[in-house]
Amino acid sequence: MTAAAIPARRSMARIGRLQILGLIYGFFGVLLLAYVAPNLEPADKGFTFEQPPDPARFAFDPRSIVVAIAIFFVATAVVSLLGDRFERITRICLLTATIILAPLFLVLALALSESGDTNVVSLAVESLRLGTPIALGAMCGLWCERSGVVNIGIEGMMLAAAGVGFTVYAVLGDAQGGGWLWFAILVAVLTGGLIAALHALVTVTFRVDQIISGVVINLLALGLTSFLRSQVIVPRGISTGEATSVIDVPIFSEIPVIGSQLFANKPIFFMMFAIVVATWFVLYRTPWGLRVRSCGENPHAAETVGIDVIKIRYQAVILGGLIAGLGGAWFSMESQGGFQDNMTNGAGFIALAALIFGRWRPFPAFAGAMLFGFTRALGTRFQILGVEVGDFSIPSEFWQSLPYVVTIIVVAGAVGRAIPPAADGQPYERSK
Amino acid sequence: MSAPTTTEERAPRRGMHHMVQRYFDLQPILVPIAAIFLALAVGAVVILLVGENPLTAYWALLRGMFAPDRIGATLGRSTPFIGAALGVAFAFRAGLFNIGVEGQLLIGATAAAWVGTWAWVADLPAVAAVVIALVAAVIAGGLYGAIPGALKARTGAHEVIVTIMLNNIAILYVRWMVGSQDPVILRDMSASVPRTATLPRNARLPELVGSEPRVHVGFLIMLGLCFFVWFILQRTTTGFEVRTVGANASAARYAGIGVGRVIILVMALSGSFAGLAGGGEVAGQSYFLSPGVFVAVGFDSIAIALLARANPFAIVPAAILWGGMLAGAPLMQQETGLSIDVVRIIQALVLLFVAADVIVRTIFRIRHTGESKGAMAEARLGAEWGSVA
Amino acid sequence: MIQTGGSGEVVLAVRNITKRYPGIVANDQIDFDLKHGEVHCLLGENGAGKSTLMNIVYGLSQPDAGQILVNGEEVHFRSSGDAIAHGIGMVHQHFQLIPVFTVAENIVLGNEGRKGVTLDLETARDRIRGLAAQYGLDVDPDAKVEDLSVGEQQRVELVKALYRNADNLILDEPTAVLTPGEVDEFFGVVRSLVHQGKSIVFITHKLREVLAVADRITVLRLGRVVGTADPEEATPQSLATLMVGREVILSIDKAPASPGAARLEVRDLSVLDDRGSVTVSGLNLDVRAGEILGIAGVEGNGQRELVEALAGMRKPLAGTVTIDGVDLTGGPPRRVTEHGLAHVPEDRNKHGLVGPFSIADNLVLNTYYRAPFARRMIRQQRAIEEQATELMRRFDIRAPRPDAPAQTLSGGNQQKVIIARELTGEVKVLLVAQPTRGLDVGSIEFIHHRIVEMRDEGTAVLLVSAELDEIFTLSDRIAVLYRGALVGEFDRSVATRDRVGLLMACGSDDPSTMNEAV
Repeated sequence: MTAAAIPARRSMARIGRLQILGLIYGFFGVLLLAYVAPNLEPADKGFTFEQPPDPARFAFDPRSIVVAIAIFFVATAVVSLLGDRFERITRICLLTATIILAPLFLVLALALSESGDTNVVSLAVESLRLGTPIALGAMCGLWCERSGVVNIGIEGMMLAAAGVGFTVYAVLGDAQGGGWLWFAILVAVLTGGLIAALHALVTVTFRVDQIISGVVINLLALGLTSFLRSQVIVPRGISTGEATSVIDVPIFSEIPVIGSQLFANKPIFFMMFAIVVATWFVLYRTPWGLRVRSCGENPHAAETVGIDVIKIRYQAVILGGLIAGLGGAWFSMESQGGFQDNMTNGAGFIALAALIFGRWRPFPAFAGAMLFGFTRALGTRFQILGVEVGDFSIPSEFWQSLPYVVTIIVVAGAVGRAIPPAADGQPYERSK
Repeated sequence: MSAPTTTEERAPRRGMHHMVQRYFDLQPILVPIAAIFLALAVGAVVILLVGENPLTAYWALLRGMFAPDRIGATLGRSTPFIGAALGVAFAFRAGLFNIGVEGQLLIGATAAAWVGTWAWVADLPAVAAVVIALVAAVIAGGLYGAIPGALKARTGAHEVIVTIMLNNIAILYVRWMVGSQDPVILRDMSASVPRTATLPRNARLPELVGSEPRVHVGFLIMLGLCFFVWFILQRTTTGFEVRTVGANASAARYAGIGVGRVIILVMALSGSFAGLAGGGEVAGQSYFLSPGVFVAVGFDSIAIALLARANPFAIVPAAILWGGMLAGAPLMQQETGLSIDVVRIIQALVLLFVAADVIVRTIFRIRHTGESKGAMAEARLGAEWGSVA
Repeated sequence: MIQTGGSGEVVLAVRNITKRYPGIVANDQIDFDLKHGEVHCLLGENGAGKSTLMNIVYGLSQPDAGQILVNGEEVHFRSSGDAIAHGIGMVHQHFQLIPVFTVAENIVLGNEGRKGVTLDLETARDRIRGLAAQYGLDVDPDAKVEDLSVGEQQRVELVKALYRNADNLILDEPTAVLTPGEVDEFFGVVRSLVHQGKSIVFITHKLREVLAVADRITVLRLGRVVGTADPEEATPQSLATLMVGREVILSIDKAPASPGAARLEVRDLSVLDDRGSVTVSGLNLDVRAGEILGIAGVEGNGQRELVEALAGMRKPLAGTVTIDGVDLTGGPPRRVTEHGLAHVPEDRNKHGLVGPFSIADNLVLNTYYRAPFARRMIRQQRAIEEQATELMRRFDIRAPRPDAPAQTLSGGNQQKVIIARELTGEVKVLLVAQPTRGLDVGSIEFIHHRIVEMRDEGTAVLLVSAELDEIFTLSDRIAVLYRGALVGEFDRSVATRDRVGLLMACGSDDPSTMNEAV
């Protein structure tokens, strides 16, 4: 008798997470319509797609764009309140609204600045570039956590790799490029693996709390690299060195508009894409990937079919460390040639947020990393544009804080529904 | 009833030997001491590798820490560590990992530097002015700590990530508030570098020893705070709730404890301890705030809390040791030419060996009694990774 | 009994196996052998050492002394992989499956086929379908395990062992999760396995099953083999005596119930589970003062959600819960407790106890804030300890001191701590979920007596149990929970195992509707 009553109950419109999000967008839309749009002056602004001179250009009046987006936001709010039957459409609208935030901010920034144009392709490529270490860090975290080991030491792994790699580069090759640069990148990768092996030893073998081990690694990396810098790099008088150089991918770099910007880039940038794809392939398409996932979900079940959980966890954590090592090399040998204390500056933690955002899956985690790359690129771009609200020039600290604020929003908004691997964070003890 | 089965004999046996072990159990002290020795030994290898004599270096470090003319500096240096580490330890007991003490410290310090320079505060009697500045620090730190608590309780956002992000945000915005010239917010325009105005004399904590850094009344406040935290945890119903949530959140919910409420409360209190430590530094040490002062204090406090195994009283010696090493390092650098970062490596190793006590126990053959793993045994941090509270 | 022993050739034997854990000898010089084509039952009560022995045979743990022989040759297993390689398969009491994987992924895990470097699931699917047909084990290789019923999961476990070419199968308490009807079906599967040349070790503590399925019986008590029995001659009483070491009264003496007014009233209760689907739907029930209402049902039919909703730990979607007329729908738990509900939770380690805390602290887990245990938020240590000493005596909790951590106690004593806490004070309604799971016979008897005592004092008792025996022993009325609704309600005197079993399996006690329901 009750079976029929249930669906009726479920279709009642309830104020849930989706509705709240929808209402926030609706409020934002009304704000834009009532306050922002009327105060904008008519202007000729544009998005360009190539480097000057004579770039392709999409010209617009910021007011009409803002009004159009605001109407969409209000529509999203209305759809979200229509009830459960519109849940699918609501989700699509909310996702679209979130994606539209990026051009909206850009249009607003342009409207509020002196400049007329901004190159959106270079902004996209810059996002990918700045997202590179975050994506690599996220892949590191993914391998560790899919095998059941929480890793908040990604930051330390990257920092140690950056520091040790550059030290080797400075000592052996005077930071002057050539073969030593590649050797140093290899050393950085191995350093990441070595630190990860320490994490595995402490958490898998000694079953120390995984979060504490991560903190220890971060602290150790900070001490070790500061020591190397002041004791080895500084006395040699090397402050900057030659970083990896830009590679033109044949044929692809000839593609009009995007080719010269996307396919003329540096090696670790390209490797990052390969690693993301390889991570997905190995995790979901190979026997070893299946075993790694089984250890993260139910290590005791894995043990009963003869899988050596400890070995798999070591392998996965060390593999993650090697990937983080490459991310570290990006800081000191690709982004720039040089090492400063604490130069990773929280990227490892942002990578962790990207991983959670991507719900422990390779491509969504990559997308999360790119979101953070984008907020960073946007911050820099806004600084260049010099955005002013009235007389108040928005301080650079505001833009710099964007990735952190976005991380909090993402973690608070996504984790509630994101389910980590079931055995993530739990030490595994072999049956005795 | 069936005859007593062997399974029921698993609890430790009674007897003289057991009683002795129970009341004179040196384990909680033995492991950290052994860990320190092990860390010094590994550190010695590092020092040898760069061609210095570890014994000379350590002797200089020791004199830098505890020589009669230097002990004041050690105590002065360790004062903020006590409060911040208490914040970390208190959160540990509820199974929460507050990495955000650095931000909470900074926010507390900013509040004290701001409120302490209000004109009407300067006209108050000395005790009242200082109290107002410190209360502002406590409230500000507490509110800043409550944010990750509320997010964890309401949305399940893991406090580790949120607090790290809030640290970065605090550092950026404090830098802006203290540094901005247009508009002027907290910057003292008469100073050549970004910093706040100096606190009036009656908003300062009295000095006890004129060392550099000095020992001020804040040190005594921190000792009192240790007792306060111990009392809350062990003697009050709130402390019981906190420890229950830390040891088994599901059982806490079953027992009718509002887990979300406890999480928010604990994070707020934890943040307020850190805020008090930060405010104390402004009111007792520097008398003004310049951006970037508390770099690494947050991670140091975590290390100290772990070293003390989240025991409020053990935090005092742990903080003195930690602060002393930092205060003594310059003498070592002066006498041997070693970078002060050696101390950082040794500290990280100490923490490693304390956390991985199995290593230490194996090397020094310290036996496990099973029952006395200390406060840290109750709560497990990693297990609730990403799960909704 | 399925058939008389097979060819008689010993395929698996253990000699003098000894295994010690701190404080206990789990296996003490055990000898055991399995002949080709037989079902050899290993009987013993919880904690007798059956699972320890079989974990050793399956390579999950290593013995301190003794030998394992497969087909007469001594083997040394370092992991279950070694045991699998020697043709041993095991279906664990707690299924070792990964919920988010598909059936095929679960089955191939550890024995993956490859196509180049990639995982070859195509071939595996075909083989799984083949095995399913051969042994009558219907499984869908592409279903996700988390969507399967308990019975289906068990079939997956069996196929998993057969996929690895296991000849000797260890089945650890395989019927614990099945309905009486499913048990019969399962015995059919066991029969078919034996006919096709498999040999089976069947671990159980249920006497009825032993007599139905065994070719031979070995009884374990306190880690030792205390005897063997021939199923043709043994009786439930003789086996019980052998298993427990004394005369066991298989039923409990209790006076007929004299129920009063309804104390717990539940109306149109609907509850969501963690995944957001409706798991209890429109449920109505009354429990009167002085009676025990037993709720039978296969696990996963909404028991957990129902209990949590009644205890205020889970907000219901709709409906009301009242105790003595006070509306307590949706808690919070503290309010429900203060209005006289006592709750013995299903999972004692997760909900019932705080392991590192002392017995004394666990005994005040939900009264710690009240006088005499606290005054003005200050804990009263003396009162807490006095209560602990008193309750440890009254409830026969065996521990050295009141400040011993709860996690150092045996399962039986842990459960007694919970029972002691919940049965103290004014209890209007007692909610007990799986109160004796995994306990020894002594503790079970003790706890059952206490529950009946509470009934006699006028408490309304709601008992939720997956053990049909327990339901029949204790209840005055029996109701069956099927897919979140109560599908039948009987007076104890008219209830039969067959009817209840049928209701548990298909929600109806009319056998003709069975096919439609399934």
